[in-house]
Order: sequence, then structure tokens, then C-alpha cells
Amino acid sequence: MKLIGEKGVQRALMFTAFSAISALLLIALFILSEGLPFIFRYGIKDFLFSNDWVPQQGRFGIFPMIAASLWVTFGAMVVGAPLGVAVALFLSEYAPRPVMRVIKPTIELLAAIPSVVYGFIGVMVLAPLIREFLGGPGLSLLGGSIILGIMILPTVISISIDSILTVPQSYREGSLALGATTWQTIYMVTIKASKSGIIASIILGLGRAVGETMAVIMVAGNSVNIPHSPLDSVRTLTANIALEMSYATGMHRQALFATGVVLLVGIIILNSIASVALRKRMVKK
Amino acid sequence: MRIHPRHIQKVAVVMLGGAALFTLLILIFIIGFILEKGLPVISLRFLTGKPEDLGRSGGIFPTIIGTILLPLLAIIIATPLGIFTSVYLSEYTKETKLTKVIRFGTDCLAGIPSIIFGLFGYIFFVVTLGLGWSILSGGLTLAVMILPTIIRTSEEAIRSVPKSYREVSFSLGATSWQTVKRVILPNALPGIVTGVMLSIGRSIGETAAVIFTAGSSLRLPESILDSTRTMAVHFYILAREGISQENAYGTAATLIIAVLFINLSAYWMMSRFIAKRS
Amino acid sequence: MNDKFNIKNLSFYFGKKKCLSNINFDIVANEILGIIGPSGSGKTTFLRALNRMNDLDIMPRVEGRILMDGNDIYATGYDVVSLRKKVGMVFAMPVPLPMSIYENVVYGPRLSGISDKNRLDELVEKSLTSAYIWEEVKDRLKTSGMRLSGGQQQRLCLARALAMEPDVILLDEPCSGLDPISTSKIEDALTILKKDYTIILVTNNTKQAARVADRTAFFLMGGLVEFGDTKKIFTAPDQKETNDYITGRFG
Repeated sequence: MKLIGEKGVQRALMFTAFSAISALLLIALFILSEGLPFIFRYGIKDFLFSNDWVPQQGRFGIFPMIAASLWVTFGAMVVGAPLGVAVALFLSEYAPRPVMRVIKPTIELLAAIPSVVYGFIGVMVLAPLIREFLGGPGLSLLGGSIILGIMILPTVISISIDSILTVPQSYREGSLALGATTWQTIYMVTIKASKSGIIASIILGLGRAVGETMAVIMVAGNSVNIPHSPLDSVRTLTANIALEMSYATGMHRQALFATGVVLLVGIIILNSIASVALRKRMVKK
Repeated sequence: MRIHPRHIQKVAVVMLGGAALFTLLILIFIIGFILEKGLPVISLRFLTGKPEDLGRSGGIFPTIIGTILLPLLAIIIATPLGIFTSVYLSEYTKETKLTKVIRFGTDCLAGIPSIIFGLFGYIFFVVTLGLGWSILSGGLTLAVMILPTIIRTSEEAIRSVPKSYREVSFSLGATSWQTVKRVILPNALPGIVTGVMLSIGRSIGETAAVIFTAGSSLRLPESILDSTRTMAVHFYILAREGISQENAYGTAATLIIAVLFINLSAYWMMSRFIAKRS
Repeated sequence: MNDKFNIKNLSFYFGKKKCLSNINFDIVANEILGIIGPSGSGKTTFLRALNRMNDLDIMPRVEGRILMDGNDIYATGYDVVSLRKKVGMVFAMPVPLPMSIYENVVYGPRLSGISDKNRLDELVEKSLTSAYIWEEVKDRLKTSGMRLSGGQQQRLCLARALAMEPDVILLDEPCSGLDPISTSKIEDALTILKKDYTIILVTNNTKQAARVADRTAFFLMGGLVEFGDTKKIFTAPDQKETNDYITGRFG
């Protein structure tokens, strides 16, 4: 009797274990089934590279949105990556361990703040500042980049710290024993050793930035155009989906699903690169 | 002219430390800003009253209910699924192609942006399964969204149980399930609970996936098939449609307090667990 | 005197690696068998083969047979769970489970379905007494097992194994981290216990084998070099390697 129970338990557990992979398959299935037919019918070149997004006239070129997503993500990297790596280095190399143990989770609270709150702060605080000191509408590519840069900080910091901490203490000791300062050690030894982990953290952060929706809707302006300056208002792929989904029908709706497909592909590529980089770090150990 | 390394070092410390300080200040500013403008709005009437005039006045009670029910449903579904998946992965299998596939699925799922979950939830739960904009659709969508997090944190917690405990249990004639039930799960529980609480925190703040699946009805939901609005969605609508800045701040403050409370509790629990172990 | 274990032409492979080659001997019931040899000689692999603990990592490839009471324990369909209930084990590092002393000892019996409180209390007293630790802990059975000293923890682990009322007790270098007093307490316990149990003791300490074992087996590089009465092994061994090991020429 007991043995049947054990085998039964094993089978039940195996069944649940497939939940994650089946959820993924379901998602891929439904998004693709709504979006792919549109891409084939409309033509992938026109979809991705045309500048005209005029749903009422049946024109669905998402190039401005792709450009916006790329620029905003790039901007987020410019803001978030150096800041994040700097904080990670400070916390793991200079700050005493007990201090780090308190500050790290505190900074991770940044990740807990809902994205709509970030967007709101962007609208109420950041955009007026941009408008006042730099001109333009304020709700802009620059605003979006800054807010996104802040939002990806916890990711970059957390994973970078983990990566830096796995560098063997003997590397540092060897360098210090040769008379190098702590900074020289960081610069010449530690960073090189944890390079792939740090890069992975940035790529994962970028993945989050590309997928962010609510904050960019509130801060980036949402005009459909290719940005010529950081002060221009832009609309990302995610914003486009969220803004128009509620009233889109027919081909328009399918076009939005197709946008989702593009997003999915982009993010899966980004995350795969990141996991390869992360795995490289593990293998090196 | 070569600058002495010790001077460069000093500059580096200041700059890196400044970065850390700056980041902390951002955090404090965000929280402080919202609380400063929002706390005055919060009152018992605000929290227990119904919204009037599309939210221009009145309270936010139905949204509080929505904010409780949606993550609750998501947790009820995703937690057992997630824990048992990680139990299966760590205790019942060796590393095979199968486990690699499952792990790949989990990693992918973790990276999918919430708007895609919103799209999926809409097309699958709301339309295809015919559940409509409802607590059920929203809860199921959120469940799929938090599943990878729960699997990951559970796996880590299970892995931190010393191998020797398993050996002892097996050497006394236990089956895999008995070992899991009596030794592994009780010892992995704090780590698992932390993961669950962090997922709750995330669900509470989630907007994109919720709007497209649970809708945005302001009425108090009476059944699981009713549409509902969460605080995050309410806040978004108030702010974006310019309905009431004051109430927006109030909602945001309530939201932030809830999220911070849950996250801080999770961290506190985890640190107590670590302290007890050593 | 009947055989408890018959080991016939046993070879053991983990993947491509051959860990044991062609082991042949018999273990008699109610004796203390000592197994000595340098690190890496396969002693622990052999010990863990007797209760199939090796299965936990990767399934090993087994050639030859291990018979317990005449039954091949590696036959397909053999009930491994019940094997482990009859063959108990004490590990090299003391591993108290994170529970009270009482709970540690009754963990195994509870698995077997024993829930009657009187029976459990009885088992606890009997096992802790046989492990020479009852007097020290009888007033604090509800305190955590992790609060005990190293030597006490190991005796607790012995009691835990005894609570299953097994036929055989396997001990894998049980005294390796312990002080001499704890070591002698455990050795005394084993000497008494052999009346009711078959005891197989792997040890890195040849003098311990000389003190305690009735018969001794010397393993080297996965093979059984020599096996016989302890007195003979230690005073007039047949094989040169045995002599070299015992006199400390290598180790």
C-alpha cells in the first residue's frame, strides 16, 4: 500500500513540474497564433521597418516604436549600468560586511516599488524639471530613460554583487600583497574576474527595461515618431500595446499581438545571452 | 605627471560611495515624496468608503478588496504548483534533459514582461475560456506570472537543506516522500515563505497584467467572476486621467505602505531564519 | 554461527570508474567486522553498498552479488526501504536532525508507522541506554539534539539507528572527530551490542580495529587484500601489503 502511495506521489509531482513549461508553451501558442498570421499577411518588412502607424487606415509599421524601445533601453543602460556597478563595487569591496548586509536589501526595496509609482514620480517630479531646464514637453525619451535606469538598478546591483563576491579572496590578496591599492585591485583584478557576471546583470536589467510598460506610458510622452533628440516624446512597443489594446479590433488587435511577438523574441534573445554569460561565470569557477 | 595611486584611490572611494549614497537617496525620496503627499489623504473613511464620482471623491475600499483577492488567488494556485515543482526537480530527478527543459521553461517565464502576460491572460482566460474580465482571469494570470519566482526561491531553499539530513533519513528506511515531508520541507519553509511573500508584493503592485484580465470595475465584487479594480490600477487611472491628484496620492501611499510592509516582513523573516541557523 | 552476508565476486562501477573489484568473503552474524585500509581504498563504498546508500547519488553498476540472509539485495524489485530498516548506519560526522533528542530517536520508528506513545518511550529509553547516553540526557529529552557535544551527538546517532531494531549496524569511521573518552564509550557500546546485532565498522584507525573487531578485512585500491581473525591480521598477516599498512609504512 505504501509503495503505491510513493509511486503515485512521484507521478503527481512530475505532473506539477510540467506546469512551468506548459504555461510557457500556452503563452507562446496563444500569442503566436494571434500575432503570426498578421505578420505573414501584412509582410514582415513593412511591419518592422515602415514608419507609418495609422491603424484607421490599416497601416501598421512599428519602426518608430522599435526605435523608441531601443533608445529608451539604451538610455536606461547609460543611466543605470554605471551607477549600478559603482554601487555594487562600493558595497562589496569597500563597505564593511555588516553594513553591506543592511544596505543591500534596502536598495532591493527599489524593486518592490510598483512601476506605476515610478511613472507617477516621473510625471510629477522629473518631467517638470526636464521641461524647465532643458526644454521640450518634459514627457520625453530622456525622462523615460532616467526612470527606467533607476528601475533596473536593483537588478544590476544585486546580480553584480553576487558575481563580485564569488571572486576568490586569493585574487585580491595576491594583488594587495604586491602593493596595489584597493582601487587598483578592483580595477585590474576584481572587475576582470567578475566581468561576465556584471555584463549578465546589465543585460538582464535591459531585458526588464524593454519589457517595462506602465512607467514608460506615464513618462515618455507616447507620440508615434522616431526620436531626433532626447527631449522628444516617444512611444515604446510596450506602451503601444497597452494604450491601444483596450479599443483595438480585428487587424488592429492582431497587429498589437504581433508587436507582442516581436517583444517576446527580443527579450528571449536578451535573456538567453544573459544566461550564457552567467553560466560562463559558473563554469570558470 | 603621474597621480599617486593613493589619491586615485581616495577619489574612487568618494565616487563609489557617492553612488551608493545617491541610490539610497533616490529610494528615500520616492518613498518620502509619496508618503508626504499621500498620508494626509488616508483616513478611515478613505480606506473603508466607496469611490464616488469615478474616484474624484470617496474612498478606495473596493480596490483594497481587489488588491487582496487577486494576489490571494494567485498565491493559492501558484504556491503548491511551484513548491511541488521544485520538490520534484531537486528530490525526484537527477540532472537529465527533462530537468534542463523544465528549468529553461522556468527561466523564460521569469523574463516575460507583464504586458505579455496581460495579452495572454486576455486572449486565453478572458476570451477563449470565456471567463471574462474577472477576479478569476486576473488571479490565474498573476499565478502564471509569479510561478517562476516561487519555483526558483523554493529550489534554493530546498537546496540549502544539508545533504546529510537526507542521508540520515534514507538510512533509517524513509521513502523520498517521507524525507521531503518530514525533513526537507520543514527546514526549507522559511526560504519558501520569503519567496511567496516577495511574489505577493509583486502581485500587489502589478498593473499591466491586471488591467487586461480583471478589468477595472469600481463596484465591490460579489463573485469570482466579477471584474474588480486593484489599488495599482486605480492609482494609474486616477493619475493618468487626471481625475483626482489628491486621491491618487492617497492610493499610492496606501499601496506603498502595503508593499513595503510585505517586503520588509519577508526580509525580517529571512534574517531571523539565517540567525537561527547559525 | 550463520552467515549474515555473503559477498560473491563483487565489483562496483560508478559510471566508468571501477571502485571495487572482485570482493569475496562472508560476514558472520553477531560479530564485529572491522574494515581497515588507506583513504580511497573503497572501504566506504563497500559499506554503503550493504544498505544501498550508494543508490542516492548515481545508480552504480553492480557485478557479482551481495546476499543478506541468502537474498541478493541488488536483485531487481528488491525492497530497498525495508533493507535500510534492517541495516542501520552511523555516519562519520555526527548528524543530529534539527529536532529534540526524543524526536531524533523516534524519527525512524515513526516512519515505520509506530505511533503508540508507550512503545515509543520504551524504544527511546532502550536505544539511548544501549548507546551509553541515557543517563546524560534522560532529563532533557525535549531539548534540541544539536545542543549536545560531538561525542554525545554521535551516541545519539547510534541510538537513532538502534531504535529501528535492525539486524545489522554499519559504522563509517564513527569516532573520527571525537575525543578519546567518547571514542571508548562508543567502542564499549559496540562490544556489548554485538550480542544482538551484526556490526561492521569501517575505521581509519587500525588500533581501533585491533581493540574491537573480531575479524578484520584489509582493503586496498578497491580490492580485498586480506581477511581473517583480528589477532592474526595484526600479528602475523599473510600479505606483505597488510603488514606494510599495519606497521605504518604507508597510509
